[in-house]
Formats: sequence, C-alpha cells, structure tokens
Amino acid sequence: MELLLPEIGLVVFQTIAFLLLMFVLAKFAWKPILASIKEREHTIDEALNQAELAKQEMVRLAAQNEETMKQARAERDLILKEAKTLKDSIVNEAKQQAHAEGAKLIEKARIEIENQKKAALAELKNQVSTLSIDIAERVLRGQLADKAKQQELVAGLLKDVELN
Amino acid sequence: MDCSHVFDFKVSRLIVVFTLFLAFFFVTPLLYAQEDTLKTTEAAHAEPEAEKKFNLGKFALHHVADSHSWHVFGDYTIGLPVILYTPAGLVTFNASDFHGDDDAKVVVERAGQRFVSVHDKIYYASAQANEHGAYAEHDAAGKVKNARPLDFSITKNVCTLLLSVVLLLAVFLKVANGYKVRKGKSPRGIQSWFEPLIMFVRDDIAIPNLGHKYERFMPYLLTVFFFIWFNNMLGLIPFLPGGANLTGNISITVVLATITFLLVNFNGNKYYWKHIFTPDVPWWLYIVLVPVEIIGIFTKPIALAIRLFANITAGHILVLALIGLIFVFNSVFVSFVSVPFALFIYGIELLVAFIQAFIFTILSALFIGMAVEDHH
Repeated sequence: MELLLPEIGLVVFQTIAFLLLMFVLAKFAWKPILASIKEREHTIDEALNQAELAKQEMVRLAAQNEETMKQARAERDLILKEAKTLKDSIVNEAKQQAHAEGAKLIEKARIEIENQKKAALAELKNQVSTLSIDIAERVLRGQLADKAKQQELVAGLLKDVELN
Repeated sequence: MDCSHVFDFKVSRLIVVFTLFLAFFFVTPLLYAQEDTLKTTEAAHAEPEAEKKFNLGKFALHHVADSHSWHVFGDYTIGLPVILYTPAGLVTFNASDFHGDDDAKVVVERAGQRFVSVHDKIYYASAQANEHGAYAEHDAAGKVKNARPLDFSITKNVCTLLLSVVLLLAVFLKVANGYKVRKGKSPRGIQSWFEPLIMFVRDDIAIPNLGHKYERFMPYLLTVFFFIWFNNMLGLIPFLPGGANLTGNISITVVLATITFLLVNFNGNKYYWKHIFTPDVPWWLYIVLVPVEIIGIFTKPIALAIRLFANITAGHILVLALIGLIFVFNSVFVSFVSVPFALFIYGIELLVAFIQAFIFTILSALFIGMAVEDHH
C-alpha cells in the first residue's frame, strides 16, 4: 500500500523538473527540430513537385519539338513543291519566251530576206534596164553609124509594121 | 508494426521454459531437504548464528521503493542529503547519519528535533525506545504511528530524475544543434537516431489523435514520451547511474497524469463539456450518465498514472522475485533456471519500457484529442 501513496517531496521535484525540462526542450529542441523537419519535408515535396513539373514540361517540349519538326517538314515539302512549280513555270515561260523570240527573229529574218530580195530584184531590174538601154544605145549607135544602115533599119521596121 | 510471427516463436519457447521452471519446484524440495540435513550437521560444529530468514516480499518492495541512500556494491552505500521541512524550519543532514539503520534504532538530532528512519521513510522519533530498542511506535498492522516531517530530500529517485533531465537536455539539445548545423540536410549521428522517434510521435501519436491542432501539444507529448522512455531504460540498468525505479513510482506518474488531466480540461471545448453534462440521450438517463461522465474525467488520468506505475513496478518485482528465488531456496542450483528466466523477463522489460512510454503518450494525445475535437 505504501507504494501507492505519492511522496510530497518527489511530487514537488518531479513537477518542477518536468515542467522546466518541457519548457527548455520546447524552446530549444522541439521547436527548432520540428520546424526543421517540416521545412525539410516541404523542400522534399517541393523538389518532387518540381521534378514532376519538369517531367511534364519535358514531355510537353518533346511534343512541341515533334510538332515543330512535323511543321518544318511540311513547310519544307511545301517550299520544295513551290520551288518545283516555280521552276517549272519559269522553265516553261523561258521556253515559251524563247519560242516566241525565236519565231520573232525568224519572222524578222524572213522579212529582211524578203526585203533584201525585193531590193535586190529592184536593183537587178534597174541594172537590167540600164544595161538594156546601154546595149540598145550601143547597138543603135552601131547600127546608125551610117546612113544606109539607118535606112535599112527603118525599112526593116517599116516592113514589120506593114506585115502586122 | 507486425511482430506476431516473433511473438508466436517466443510464446512457444516461453511455454517450454515455463514448464521446466515449474518442474524445478517439484525437484528442488528434495535437493533442499538433502542439503538441509548436511547443513544441520555442519551447523552443529559452527558458531550458533541468528538465522536471518530471507523475506522475498520485503526484498522486492525495498528495491522498487525510493531510498535515502544509494547502494553501490557490497556494503558500500552512498548517503544522500536529507532535507526536511519542520515547524522549526528546514533541517538538513546526510542519510548516512543513520548509519544504515532502517528500524528506528538510530536517532538523528537536528535543530532540537529527533528523527528516525523506518523503511526508508523519516519520522519524528518517539521520546522513549520500545522493547526492541526502536524509537517508533507501530500499530496492529505494523504501520508506524509516528508523525512525519515534510520530506524534500534528494532521494535516489530525485537524483535519477535530475540525471534523466540532464541526459534528456544533453541528448535533445545536441539533436537540435544537428538541425542547426546541417540546415536542410539529411540527419547524421545522434540526430538520425532520434529523428524517426520524433517523427513517430508526430505522425503516429499526435496527428492521428489531434488532427490539425497537433502542433500545440507536441512539446508535451514529445517530452513525456522521451522522459518516460529514458527513465524506463535507466530503471533497467541495475547499477549506479540507473537502478532507481523512477517511472515505477506513483509520485512521478501522478504528476505526469495530472499534467495530462490539466491539458485535457483546460483545452476542452464546448463540445467536450456538452458531452459530459448534456449528452445526446433521453433526459432521464442523465441521472446515471452525467455522474459516470464526471467520474470519467478523473478515472482517465488515474488509470494513466496507475498503468505506468504498475507496469514498470511489476516488471521490476518480477525480475527481483526470480533472482530472489535463489535466496528463498538457498540453493545455487535455482540460478540455472531463475537467471535465464529473469533475463528473458528483462528482455521483455526493454520492450515494455518503450511500449509504456508509447501508451502513456498516445492515451494522453487521445484524451486531449477528444477534448479539442471539432464537431460539425
């Protein structure tokens, strides 16, 4: 039964010692310890969240990259196609232009040739007529050098006229 | 924590050991009887000696009780300071002034007052010695009738209390320092020994019972947990720095339970008091229920105090009783059974030391939690 009776001295010492211990530990141990643990947990959570976010960001970036690549490829294809069309059209145009130019040159050459031909012909005609006149003049001069021959000629001419 | 497989294993072993132990009791008396005849023949030649019968109950109770002296080894004992508050003021002397007397035979006279020591308690001495030469009067039940001064002595338990306070301060200030030095880094050394326990108190004791209000009560819960655990362990050390049965002393557990009681009732919200005085039952049941609830306010901390005291004291008594059996049977052969068995109990005591600290703390948290709980 004596064991079950509290002793005043021990009760007083225990109360003082325990409360003192509790206040000192609360101020200098529990508070900083719990604060540090909490802070560290917070940091860990934060870091994990950050990692998760980074992972998501990476996935997003990868998707974006893929998208960009696809877009770039499509753009390249488009550009190539456009370039091809453009090239074709340029080539075609050049061809046509060359054709037209060629045709024009040929035409021009033809006209020139024609003109030259005409000019040459006219020249030739003139020359021929001059020559003819010259010849005729020389012939006539030879023939009309003496009177007899002139007579003869006139007579011949007259003879022909009479025959018609 | 799932320890059931360990427990099953232990239990089967325990049964074997216990059976052997019981069997021993049937065999020993025979050996004992033989030795007795030998002894009587020897005694016939030896000096007649006053047979001092070994009293197991007295032996065990003496060891679990508080004391004014601290036994070191053999016959060497340290006398501790005695501080008495008497009508003539404070009286101090050293317990060794009693010269080891514990039967009121040695009177110490200080400041005109005379004191004797009986069963490690100090009484005012009677004017006259009785027929046994003791300056104390006993009633029919063997209780001392003399008056007692208020005893504020630095007893064995007070020494251990101060030691444990110093130890706790040293350990946890060092732990706290670790957090300051390695701010935001992982724990190291002693810090990593105690961080899991601090986390255990926070995550498995405080938060489940107190919810978001846990932070206010953490200093008390942590202090009470480590105080009880450290002192339970110190109590298990059988020699000098330990050896005092501090947490198995009702004075200590009563103070701890009273702090829990005060915390519960000073933090109790209106729902807590409403639950006690106007519970949700038909009014005519109030006649029974309200008194029961009011008694319940007090039985909870009383149960807390007695649970801790009884568990720790019982463990100590068990070990002492097993060792004491050697002396009861006065045979060294008993030690082959009682020492291993005592060691086994000792091992269990190591677990109990932790479990009782845990139970006291979790029940405190539970009672506080019930008082501060919000009802929506």
